[in-house]
Amino acid sequence: MKTSWQKCGQGLAGVLLAATAATGAAWADKANDTLRVAFTKELENVDSYFNSSREGVVLQRAVWDGLIYRDPATNEYKGNLATSWEWIDDTTLEFKLREGVTFHNGEAFNADDVVYTVNFVAKAENGVKTQRNVNWMESAEKVDDYTVRIHLKEKFPAAIEFLSGPVSMYPDEYYAEVGPSGMGLEPVGTGPYKVVSVVPGQRFVLERNDSYHDSPKGQPSIANVDIRTIPDVNTQMAELFSGTLDLIWQVPADQAGKLAEMDRFTVKNESTMRVGYLTMDAAGRSGDTPFTDLRVRRAVNHAINREELVEALLKGASRVVSTPCFPSQFGCVEEAATTYEYDPKKARALLAEAGYPDGFTTELHAYRNRDYAEAIMSYLNAVGIKTDFKFLQYSALRDLNMKGEVPLAFLTWGSYSINDASAMVSQFFKHGSLDDARDDQVLADLSVADSSTDPDTRVAHYAKAIERITDQAYWAPMFSYNTNYVFTNEVDYAPTPDEVLRFTTMSWQ
Amino acid sequence: MLTFVLKRLGLAVLVALTVSFISFSLLFLAGDPAAALAGETASGEDIEAVRELYGFDRPMIVQYADWLVSALQFDFGESYYFRLPVASLIVDRLSVTMTLGLCGITFALLTAVPLGVAAAIRPNSVIDRVALFLSVAGQAMPSFWFGLILIVVFAIRLGWLPASGASSPAHFIMPTIVLAYYAMPAIMRLTRAGMLDVLSSDYVRTARAKGAPEGRVLFRHALRNAIIPVVSLAAVQMGFMLGGSIVVESIFALHGAGYLAWESIARNDLPTVQALILVFSMFYIVFTFLADVLNAWLDPRMRSS
Repeated sequence: MKTSWQKCGQGLAGVLLAATAATGAAWADKANDTLRVAFTKELENVDSYFNSSREGVVLQRAVWDGLIYRDPATNEYKGNLATSWEWIDDTTLEFKLREGVTFHNGEAFNADDVVYTVNFVAKAENGVKTQRNVNWMESAEKVDDYTVRIHLKEKFPAAIEFLSGPVSMYPDEYYAEVGPSGMGLEPVGTGPYKVVSVVPGQRFVLERNDSYHDSPKGQPSIANVDIRTIPDVNTQMAELFSGTLDLIWQVPADQAGKLAEMDRFTVKNESTMRVGYLTMDAAGRSGDTPFTDLRVRRAVNHAINREELVEALLKGASRVVSTPCFPSQFGCVEEAATTYEYDPKKARALLAEAGYPDGFTTELHAYRNRDYAEAIMSYLNAVGIKTDFKFLQYSALRDLNMKGEVPLAFLTWGSYSINDASAMVSQFFKHGSLDDARDDQVLADLSVADSSTDPDTRVAHYAKAIERITDQAYWAPMFSYNTNYVFTNEVDYAPTPDEVLRFTTMSWQ
Repeated sequence: MLTFVLKRLGLAVLVALTVSFISFSLLFLAGDPAAALAGETASGEDIEAVRELYGFDRPMIVQYADWLVSALQFDFGESYYFRLPVASLIVDRLSVTMTLGLCGITFALLTAVPLGVAAAIRPNSVIDRVALFLSVAGQAMPSFWFGLILIVVFAIRLGWLPASGASSPAHFIMPTIVLAYYAMPAIMRLTRAGMLDVLSSDYVRTARAKGAPEGRVLFRHALRNAIIPVVSLAAVQMGFMLGGSIVVESIFALHGAGYLAWESIARNDLPTVQALILVFSMFYIVFTFLADVLNAWLDPRMRSS
């Protein structure tokens, strides 16, 4: 209390001081070799197994390493903490580990770390937040100090993709001692950046790991990274203008457009894996709904002007998507999908044929991008589908969705940046609680595609599933998202299409 | 006086209990905490696992009783979101909010009361008009807009003040002004109205007739009476400010208790929300109580009643 009063007094007195002394802009950035970055969302826990946010992925890639690395440009898999790997059988992977790697706290990296990490995260009761990132692993076994085997619960061809993404290696002794909370406050990894300090949710200061191993991620160039959470995008822009931030991301299209006109800043736009789609209750889980009729679902697909949505609202690197997955994902065969051109007349005719010549009224649920939802509503209104709009928190909408109480919803899915169709299409069409289609044929194809170790078989069955889903118009896939990165001209950075900031590839101009 | 205090305290406890129970039930109605905890990428089984792990499958009343027993021992549990003890999280965030709230109410009182008095002494004068203009503008201007204007002027154009953060006293200047400006109009109008009322009363005329100096009439006789409703209002405003302003805290990236509460509701972080609601309601209760005591001291008539 006393300190509060003191601070207050100092603050009020400081008005005059500040007015005369002019503390000035630019607290030197490039000069201090410190890159200042803003996050929008409060990150719950830096321990990457105990958060599910994009900010967490950014820190994960900076602080830790996985056994494998996927080159974001070529999608080629390279060894990182492992130097090579091979399938011993359908459910066993053997890795040769890189020697001479040390964690930030000096602990040497070896097979014990892999065994401990895998065994810890694979155990459901340890409560890893995103279970599907880890629950395909059964256990790990040490062969010798630098050889390790990971046993899978069942066939899981996307294992390599997951091992190059969300599964990173932790130091066994340290993690056993401090656990997820301790790791969140004082993270220790092998990655290109060491964590200097963490103020939970608010500030993260990183420092270059000068003894970083010869990793395909490349050597870090910028010495320090200072990340602050600033929830309001306008404030982020103000900080950028006043020279107290160097890089912001996830900047809305209209603001980015204005910033692009200024000489001081570089604006780069990249697509993300997030896909926006409408889901319709084809199985009639929400009671008597028009969406059980195929003609109505096709009418919805014809009613939406996807090109216009992309051009007028999403802009940038966004594109029209016709698949129930992101086109770069393995198995997401675009040619297999039925595309529905924008044709309101046809939509009306289909509705009339289905017995709704004057249209009908339905609930439309959404949880983000109210402006997009409103545009979608106006397309639906134009063909006679009147909407009772419900804008909810994500968790509340998901809850309704799982109970099958949502006839029509505008949803999005980011696939957790996993470049495999199983991360999206299999998530929603395998008769889980979020499956409003409940199509047995789709289930059968996805089951084969998800578990086959033969890439061609996988592609063929994903293609069949996609063909069926789009022909039956269970969803109306619409567009992919994009994100804007804005940074001062002093920074050089080429963003990747997976919406992960990579400090390792940033440098000063 | 003692029975009065005890009665008030008993009432306060009941209010706190009611508030916490209602908020607990509302949060339960608002959404499934298990789904929120499990996160966007969770499957149905993940959510069921979380539900069991945290005991959300038990009846609500049992969960509430559980929480209450722990809370009475000052154990507010662990935040579902941050996985940190709620108590330390709240202490950390409250220090920011309290600094801001105390600065805000002080600044508001220091500007609004003198302006209100000045406006009452010379009704319809230039100063009264200015005060009226300021209060209408204050009422009409949304804080997010005012905050951004200040940032544009003082952080970007002039470069005098930092735009956001809470690491130095200078960081609190703009948020204080925004927060105070929101509270000022009501205090100013109430001071003015009270003063006008009192200045036309018999005892002020008597005091003047006795030849008491004008300053003494204004401050000893008039203001002391006119300020009574202002004290009650300021107490409520104070409670409001210590509850944290979501808008001010998010614009200036202050990471205070208000922003934490807002975000925690969206995250269904029950332990954090519950503890914050308890703390906020305690603020209101304590400040209302203090205002009553202060009023009793200012106005002897209140003491006897």
